[in-house]
Amino acid sequence: MRPDRDTLLNIICIFLFAGVLWQCESFLGDYQIYIAKLIFINIILALSLNLIYGFTGLFSLGHAGFIAIGAYVSALCILPPAQKEIMWILEPIIWPVSDLFTPFWISVLLGGIIAFIFAFFIAVPVLRLGDDYLGMATLAFAEIIRVLIVNATPITNGSLGIKGIPSHATLLVCYGWAVITLVLLARLCYSNFGNILRCIRDNEIAASVMGINVFQYKVLSFCIGAFFAGIGGGLLGSHLSTIDPKMFNFLLTFNVLMFVVAGGLGSLTGSILGATIITILLEWLRFLEEPMDIGIIQIPGIPGMRMVVFSVVLLAIILKRREGLMGTRELTWNRIFAFCRRHKP
Amino acid sequence: MSFEMFLQHCFNALTLGSLYALIAIGYTMVYGILRLINFAHGDILMVGAYFIFFGTFAFGWPWGVAAGLSVLAAGVRGVLIDRVAYRPLRDAPRISALISAIAMSFFIESVAVVVFTGQPRPVLQPEWLTNAWQIGNLRITHLAAFVPGMTIVLVAILLYIVYKTKPGLAMRAISKDIETTRLLGVKVDNIIALTFGLGSALAAAAGIMWALRYPQVHPYMGVMPGLKAFIAAVFGGIGSIEGAVLGGVALGFVEIMTVAFMPELSGYRDAFAFLLLVIVLLVKPTGLLGEKIEEKI
Repeated sequence: MRPDRDTLLNIICIFLFAGVLWQCESFLGDYQIYIAKLIFINIILALSLNLIYGFTGLFSLGHAGFIAIGAYVSALCILPPAQKEIMWILEPIIWPVSDLFTPFWISVLLGGIIAFIFAFFIAVPVLRLGDDYLGMATLAFAEIIRVLIVNATPITNGSLGIKGIPSHATLLVCYGWAVITLVLLARLCYSNFGNILRCIRDNEIAASVMGINVFQYKVLSFCIGAFFAGIGGGLLGSHLSTIDPKMFNFLLTFNVLMFVVAGGLGSLTGSILGATIITILLEWLRFLEEPMDIGIIQIPGIPGMRMVVFSVVLLAIILKRREGLMGTRELTWNRIFAFCRRHKP
Repeated sequence: MSFEMFLQHCFNALTLGSLYALIAIGYTMVYGILRLINFAHGDILMVGAYFIFFGTFAFGWPWGVAAGLSVLAAGVRGVLIDRVAYRPLRDAPRISALISAIAMSFFIESVAVVVFTGQPRPVLQPEWLTNAWQIGNLRITHLAAFVPGMTIVLVAILLYIVYKTKPGLAMRAISKDIETTRLLGVKVDNIIALTFGLGSALAAAAGIMWALRYPQVHPYMGVMPGLKAFIAAVFGGIGSIEGAVLGGVALGFVEIMTVAFMPELSGYRDAFAFLLLVIVLLVKPTGLLGEKIEEKI
């Protein structure tokens, strides 16, 4: 009886929220919608890293690389061929890419799939490493991907980046992808597969003694995480309408890591809360930067005071409350009802 | 390629390599003792370089004074960073300390952006360093001799401290077994602070010379040298000072020579170092001179 109630409540919630968002689109300002879309995209990114790091314990610092792959693949798929012809000024665009033109959802999926494939080739050699070595190796691969993007001018337009990406990523589309990601990852993490991943995280030797093929599960978790990072990247590219290689640096990985750590490693709802709160905070903190913009504006894209506050927040979290907002707990209906019963007036 | 050109590239590689070596020593010392990648190391370098910019350009101090102050201040900064961000996490999982280090790195960078602004600033090169010896077609600036020379002096001092003094003995003991060392009455926290101080001072020295070689400073100048020096430390065998020096020089040669012999690959220059890291980690994670580190299986 109980799981049915939960599923029902979840479905009602999802559709109710979709309805609210649908109404919101008509009366919210552009800026609010912009932030709301960013929140949903960040939720996807945070969830995907949480699968890799929070649930499987693979310390990956290469997320920006997969996001970049997703963003580029998806952008190349939805740009009209004529526009691509004009934009590639350094070197003409090569054939199969130049004629590529797909609907948005296919392009986002393709972004995820290509990220999955890249992740597989990275994972197989790299996942033999553990802990901080793994972090450095994945960071190295993210940097290599970025250098490749800069140099593969006939495909990616090099350091100029891609401009004028059609903005198919509306509020409801972003919400839809976030819900799909959440549902799939929740089904995955709270199934036997998820149990295995957590077992590997908590004690790898014990896991292999139990007859689990540790390496295979690690690779699978890493690739699925990268797949969703690619999807998030595809949405991000369409949302921002401009992408260039400089965007996908270590700072992006750091941001996503911050969502996950703040929300709680190994908690999906924690990642959602973390991504939401931090994205809103990051936007809200812009007021700190306003008077200083004159001094900072020379190098575009460099946050100033915002990042000071932000790194202090992350330092405080890691020093004072290492488990983050939720720890490994989830926000479930049972908890909510229990909470309501306890605080009955 | 003519022989003179080749020699010229060798000098460039040696200069770059010595800088990597100096930075790598800081990484390797901290990693040897705490098993922690000190992400903030590159940013200590950056602040050290800013000291020299403000000291000589804004306040008009002599070079020696500014450099000395910069190195001293970096030592203090290293100790402070350890105290604030790493010491509370000694008993935490290693990755927590690593995230703390990343946060610290971004903190220093963003403070630098706010305080110094993001604009790159030119550094005045003193005349005695820009002069050059001319041997045939070979042109060697005094800087190209000064940097490796200074590196040798600093490394010699460091090796003396590590191998011939009491605190150095304690350092080596901690890197073998921290708990036993504590039981033997060594004030472990003080020694760790000293390690951070020494490593940071060397990073500042490297930062000053980096600012002289590529004559400008900006808040993100420490990131790439920091990452590459880490790669050099892994290449040489993390935990070993001699390995860090060797790895640094080797990385300098790899970078300069690949670009010199294959100019068409110059766009991929930054990728080489990372590719090297991946290969080293996969083939021989202990590096050239490293001891076997107990890895979590």
